[in-house]
Amino acid sequence: MPDVHALVNDFLIKLKRRKIEGSKATAKVTAEVLRSFISQQRLPNTNQAGALIDAVKAVGEQLIAANPVELAVGNVVRRVLHIIREEDLSLTAAAIGGLSLSAGSDDEDDVGHDEHPALSAAAVAAAARSTLRPPSLQTLLEDVPHTAAVPHTSSSGGDSEGKSKSADKNSSTKRLKHNVIEAVNELIQDIVTCHEQIAEQAVEHIHQNEVILTLGSSRTVVEFLCAAKEKKRSFRVFVAEGAPRYQGHTLAKELVTRGLQTTVITDSAVFAMISRVNMVIVGAHAVMANGGVIAPVGLNMVALAAQRHAVPFVVLAGIHKLCPLYPHNPEVLLNELRSPSELLDFGEFSDCLDFGSGSGSPILHVVNPAFDYVPPNLVSLFITDTGGHNPSYMYRLIADYYSANDLVLQRRSAS
Amino acid sequence: MDPRRYSRVIDPKVRQVGFCPRSGQVQNQSGPTGPSTSPPVSHISPSSNSLSPVMIPPPRHPSDAASRAVNVPATATTPLRPRRPSFDDPNNNSSSTEQLVVSSYNPDESVLGTSPPFSGIGDDRDGDAESEFSDNSVNWIRQNDSGRFPLSLAPDGRFDSAAAKEKQSKKPQVGSRKERGGGQTAEVRNDLPSESKPLKEKTSKAERRALQEAQRAVKAAAKAGGNKSKAASLSAHEQTNKAAKLPLQRKDDGPVTSSAAVSERRGGERPPEKDRKKDAPAPRMQFDDKNRVEKAKKRSVVKQTEARNRVELFRHLPQYEHGTQLPDLESKFFQLDPMHPSIYKVGLQYLAGDIRGGNARCVAMLQAFSEAIKDYSTPPEKTLTRDLTAKVNNFVSFLIECRPLSISMGNAIRFLKSRIAKLPITLSEAEAKSSLCSDIERFINEKIVIAEKVIVEHAVTKIQDGDVLLTYGSSAVVEMVILHAHKLGKQFRVVIVDSRPRFEGQALLRKLVKIGVSCTYTHINAVSYIMREVTRVFLGAASVFSNGTVYSRVGTACVAMVAHAFHVPVLVCCEAYKFHERVLLDSICSNELGDPDAISKVPGRMDINSLHDGTNKENLQLLNLMYDATPPDYISMIVTEYGMIPTTSVPVIVREYGREHLLI
Repeated sequence: MPDVHALVNDFLIKLKRRKIEGSKATAKVTAEVLRSFISQQRLPNTNQAGALIDAVKAVGEQLIAANPVELAVGNVVRRVLHIIREEDLSLTAAAIGGLSLSAGSDDEDDVGHDEHPALSAAAVAAAARSTLRPPSLQTLLEDVPHTAAVPHTSSSGGDSEGKSKSADKNSSTKRLKHNVIEAVNELIQDIVTCHEQIAEQAVEHIHQNEVILTLGSSRTVVEFLCAAKEKKRSFRVFVAEGAPRYQGHTLAKELVTRGLQTTVITDSAVFAMISRVNMVIVGAHAVMANGGVIAPVGLNMVALAAQRHAVPFVVLAGIHKLCPLYPHNPEVLLNELRSPSELLDFGEFSDCLDFGSGSGSPILHVVNPAFDYVPPNLVSLFITDTGGHNPSYMYRLIADYYSANDLVLQRRSAS
Repeated sequence: MDPRRYSRVIDPKVRQVGFCPRSGQVQNQSGPTGPSTSPPVSHISPSSNSLSPVMIPPPRHPSDAASRAVNVPATATTPLRPRRPSFDDPNNNSSSTEQLVVSSYNPDESVLGTSPPFSGIGDDRDGDAESEFSDNSVNWIRQNDSGRFPLSLAPDGRFDSAAAKEKQSKKPQVGSRKERGGGQTAEVRNDLPSESKPLKEKTSKAERRALQEAQRAVKAAAKAGGNKSKAASLSAHEQTNKAAKLPLQRKDDGPVTSSAAVSERRGGERPPEKDRKKDAPAPRMQFDDKNRVEKAKKRSVVKQTEARNRVELFRHLPQYEHGTQLPDLESKFFQLDPMHPSIYKVGLQYLAGDIRGGNARCVAMLQAFSEAIKDYSTPPEKTLTRDLTAKVNNFVSFLIECRPLSISMGNAIRFLKSRIAKLPITLSEAEAKSSLCSDIERFINEKIVIAEKVIVEHAVTKIQDGDVLLTYGSSAVVEMVILHAHKLGKQFRVVIVDSRPRFEGQALLRKLVKIGVSCTYTHINAVSYIMREVTRVFLGAASVFSNGTVYSRVGTACVAMVAHAFHVPVLVCCEAYKFHERVLLDSICSNELGDPDAISKVPGRMDINSLHDGTNKENLQLLNLMYDATPPDYISMIVTEYGMIPTTSVPVIVREYGREHLLI
């Protein structure tokens, strides 16, 4: 137990100090931390799922608060909560099914589950989703007065039914945790391999002699382009360097070593070059439910230029980047201002910065935001590991991965 | 509007585009301006800040010219006036043609009724009535093309009135209206000859233009109107001309109107064709043309090695290895005797990047030319005009080798060459040189220094208290606008957007912070973040093309685009001498490539070095574009010394004033 706390605290500090960068790395570490947290969690006999959800939520809140801009943390926390709910649901479904079929077959059913646990979680979850959703809609409707009357426990409202049903299933005490951990493992696996799945689709999107523009650096984009290259497509890539972090340089270097024809341009030349570009392929920081994209700074400009020249603007995003929230004023609220030293030499301008002449407000501001918001109407296509999607479809895709009960995680701390 | 309009009789050259300013204001704008003369512009209530009346002050108002500190011969453009008498008014069209037709005749010819002295030149002069009209205009053009324009203006003007009177007496049926018009113009002309006399030679081009204009106008009127009366009167008038002046001509009384139309079309179209062909800029050097590149290399002074790993799209642009030319040139300093040291110096400064910015480069070049001309002496057995033109060509090609010319420099060189070509032969060498030097000085003063001041006066009216101005990079004019607005005590904030690789905005930032303007500094990538708080965008320009495209420092298009997306007005400040008649659609066809190594190096960021070792790799290219083309629809207005105009009016400026710099 203490080492889990240490683990969480360590991660918290890293997040706060922005030691972990990149949504993918963050998502992976978050999932790992949550996994060890769940495995260490001691569960009561009754209402296991509810207890687990509450515990995970408590940790998740801290993690999100540590770096509210890194939406991947919240996404993974929500995913884990969703997994817990689904596992719980599948267990109860199995139990109900077992009960309804025959009391005697109960043991067989359990044995059957134990034989292939890794497969069971996903399969049963999917089955539960398909079989239980329609009735659950009904229960949801029936539950309306119930949840409305008790808004505080709305999050555990779903659990209450689980509690009542799982109460008689003492044998599933360990199974829930086990299944959840298996599912989280799968999630981690998904996060790690998401770019491979995205890259598989590359040949469908890149044709011979294409000219592709990208900005900044993204592992997914590199894999995507290289996958197309490996399939004997020859095309050219323009890389905007992505000041002030100049990640484009590393991207260009990587592409060159893999044998791609690469041209590095300044960010300011994006508009000049985009008229000769066939497609813009970029990575994202996060994808919002409305189809908007939180992306590295500068991409809004690129998207506008692409729209002007009717160039497709394609965003590659692993599922851990899908955020179930609808953004409000994301340019400001979901942004982060980085150090001015990336833009200006302090040594040179320190006298200017001190020029405030006692009025309190400095005469020189340096604005160095980290992210841009690309509205959905500028995005032509999202390519996720489940395939290509319209921006307008993202909300539905997201609904598959998250439970509606978890959308607001910070509610309790606020109330 | 009407009371403010100038009477055409006074200055028919002035064409008002849109609304026109009060006359007092006009003088303020085009005269030398200080803060004291600003009030008419700057003290106008904020309502005048909503998209303003487009003001194109008349470039040469007599009183204006007189009051100008610079010694401009007001006479320079006056010969234009009689030639374009008020095309706006369709009623006057016929009279204007009449005048022009009359004036295109040699005095002797009509008075004496003999065949014209140019009949030898016009070979198709077999008395064909149909070709008569065009024949005349051909004569006209030939006169001018041969460069010896034998018609002195003074007799011409005087004779015009005489001819008009003569016609009045001879053919009263032509129409009283026309007579009035003719008489009026004749009167105007009568007081011109004395002042237009000394500069007659410089006006040939303008004269030709005026003729075209008139003919075009007539054609339009004849076509559009379709009313027989006008056409008939026209043809009647033509016939009177023929009858009076060409008695030998075969009469063809058939379809009069149609023949008149045909002849007019011929007469109207042929000269512009010729003129345009000559005026169209020669195609620029395309550097993917191997033969020509080889030739150019043989001629070149600066030894340059072509950059190895070039971007396929930009093969047509020159790109050389940087850093090799400078030592080579320095070592050649004492060998290149034909190159004047001042030219040499400027060339080196271009090469090293010490002089940047359209205006600075242009001024430096002109001053160097001025120096070189001062030290110039015509070699024996050569004429100054020819030899000096060759010299200047030499200088220019040297400068091009150092760095491709900017549009502004091209225009300035065109101006200088035309001045040299039009030097009167009668001038002594010393006089010619001093006249050229003063011309250059005047060009710098009028087209750059004063123009900038006027632009500042205009642009400052668009800055209000509480504004947040955004500017990109470092434009000299925009800087002056901001400084002036600050001096006027306006309260505003400036956002400076900057970009790699030169970070020119930092210099501007330093200056503005020093004088206490509140600044925000950011990168071009963050422009859409910062744009929501911006109320005006001020941009500079390297050139404005006649389709409204603004050619400027790379990144300007991005800023304008984002501003457009956020519905922020974009004002481009640009002197009119940078306008060019060429058109441009994208940033690829015409551009300049900078040092590619500047891309891989990030000054002050030692951690970013991934491209250092990779630059020699075959697959990696570094592209350092210098300019880009901003589409006209992103630009709300262009602020020039002639007023604030929409991009659609750029061709008007080019047309109306573009040639004017030949006539300073």
